[in-house]
Amino acid sequence: MQTLLTQACTDTLYMVGWSTLVAVAGGLPLGILLVLTDRGGLAQNILANKVIGQIVNVARSMPFIILMVALMGFTRWVTGTSIGREAAIVPLAVGAIPFFARLVETAVREVDGGLVEAVQSMGGNTWTVVRKVLVPEALPSLIASTTTTVVALIGYSAMAGTVGAGGLGDIAIRYGYQRFQTELMWVTVAILAVVISLIQFAGDHAARTLHHRGGRSGPAPRLRLLKAATTDTKTV
Amino acid sequence: MITTSDLTKVYRSRGRAVTALDGVDLHVREGEVYGVIGQSGAGKSSLIRCVNLLERPTAGTVTVDGTDLTALAGRGPRAGRELRRARSRIGMVFQHFNLLSSRTVRDNVELPLEILGLSGRERTRKALDLLDLVGLADKARSYPAQLSGGQKQRVGIARALAGEPRVLLSDEATSALDPETTRSVLQLLRDLNRQLGLTVLLITHEMDVVKSICDSAALMENGRVVESGTVSELLATPGSALASALFPVGGEASAEDRTVLDVTFHGEAATQPVVSQLSRTYNIDISILGAALDTVGGLQIGRMRIELPGRYEDNVVPIGFLREQGLQIDVVGEPRLVREGAK
Repeated sequence: MQTLLTQACTDTLYMVGWSTLVAVAGGLPLGILLVLTDRGGLAQNILANKVIGQIVNVARSMPFIILMVALMGFTRWVTGTSIGREAAIVPLAVGAIPFFARLVETAVREVDGGLVEAVQSMGGNTWTVVRKVLVPEALPSLIASTTTTVVALIGYSAMAGTVGAGGLGDIAIRYGYQRFQTELMWVTVAILAVVISLIQFAGDHAARTLHHRGGRSGPAPRLRLLKAATTDTKTV
Repeated sequence: MITTSDLTKVYRSRGRAVTALDGVDLHVREGEVYGVIGQSGAGKSSLIRCVNLLERPTAGTVTVDGTDLTALAGRGPRAGRELRRARSRIGMVFQHFNLLSSRTVRDNVELPLEILGLSGRERTRKALDLLDLVGLADKARSYPAQLSGGQKQRVGIARALAGEPRVLLSDEATSALDPETTRSVLQLLRDLNRQLGLTVLLITHEMDVVKSICDSAALMENGRVVESGTVSELLATPGSALASALFPVGGEASAEDRTVLDVTFHGEAATQPVVSQLSRTYNIDISILGAALDTVGGLQIGRMRIELPGRYEDNVVPIGFLREQGLQIDVVGEPRLVREGAK
């Protein structure tokens, strides 16, 4: 049972890890593009915005299990196989890209337009604005979005067992549900709960640290004051 | 230094057109502090944003330091390289500071230098020099969230100066600050104007800002410049709304048989102690009802409302004396007599 669970854990982390990387790499530019091409955006292009937005919507409305089956051909082309954990990464990433892109879009829209204007007034171009303003200023939100995406991907990865990719969700379904091994089911659920809590905690912590540094309106003003005092003494 | 001619900006949204700027001609001379004042909605914000083309004017031209920016703009909303280079030579400070919260004070000041492509060491050296100039050398490693409003605006000014601009645009830079801080930030702008020969175009809705640092001013209403000129030119203009707002005088005649005069001081004529001279020469008692005076460069500028005993007819000679001194005299409350007196 131990080896089974260890193997399942590794599989889940492997799938989720890689698909998160791909989702961030794909979703970040896509989300920024959604903001830039929107009406009044820096690279306004209504047609492109509509097209990208529609693709994202369609991809997001597709149930994951259907997406997995629909993408089998593409998966085989990318990884050379349509079963196993490598094969599961492709539909997981493809499903998470539009999800993450929408979160990025919301986060980037929150950035104060005045900052964009300030950089423009210094002679910065759109790329400068993205690099120096949009991404760094939205970073705390972007990290929170990544956390949400990772947690969602862990959920999706349960279905990856369908293509023989293993993972914790697969154990819970095959052993726990189909073979009535209730304890095993609870153990997997407990492991998942711990993993997700840890990820959420780490993500929240990272986002909060960054936010405090910028400290627009942190939840603990007292703490911030103390921090400010310590940085001051460091400067002196 | 800055010239706009027939600048027009029309905002269109869903078939409705709003004219924010309606043929604005503005001329800012090199090395002066020029204030544009007006109520919100008068178009002053659109005006200053059109000067560095953050806002594309619908018609008209903007020339800054001899370069026609509107010609550089090209078509489409994106700014081409030429326009961006021109913008980097125009500093801008904002009402809400617009500092990046994720960067330290020093890194904020370095941002325009990064855009200009300076090396890391040079950026640091320059940023620290600029922070020293605005009196914040000790805050280099702080984050904007740890600073007060006035300090943030000083960082904003340091950042605006990083590209060594000859022109500084100030978009309501002191409107979010308390009176005390406003004064110190304005003082800083004034010092920079003098030390660096910086031309400053500022917009504001506070008359005090114009009064304390501006050499020239323009009043905007409904997208038009209603009045403009140097402060003493405005004072010399009879009935100037801007002059009476800058130097408000009040006070009613204390009795029926009194003459109330508005004395306007401007230019060289204002060096003489005229009120006491008048009193001594004609042996009359003068009461001062109200005065709004400033001493700029050793000259008194402003207005004073005085009351002389007797009706207008009795005071023709003293009034003539005052006019002879080169002062502008308006008789209050008796416009008919003023016209006759002018003949």
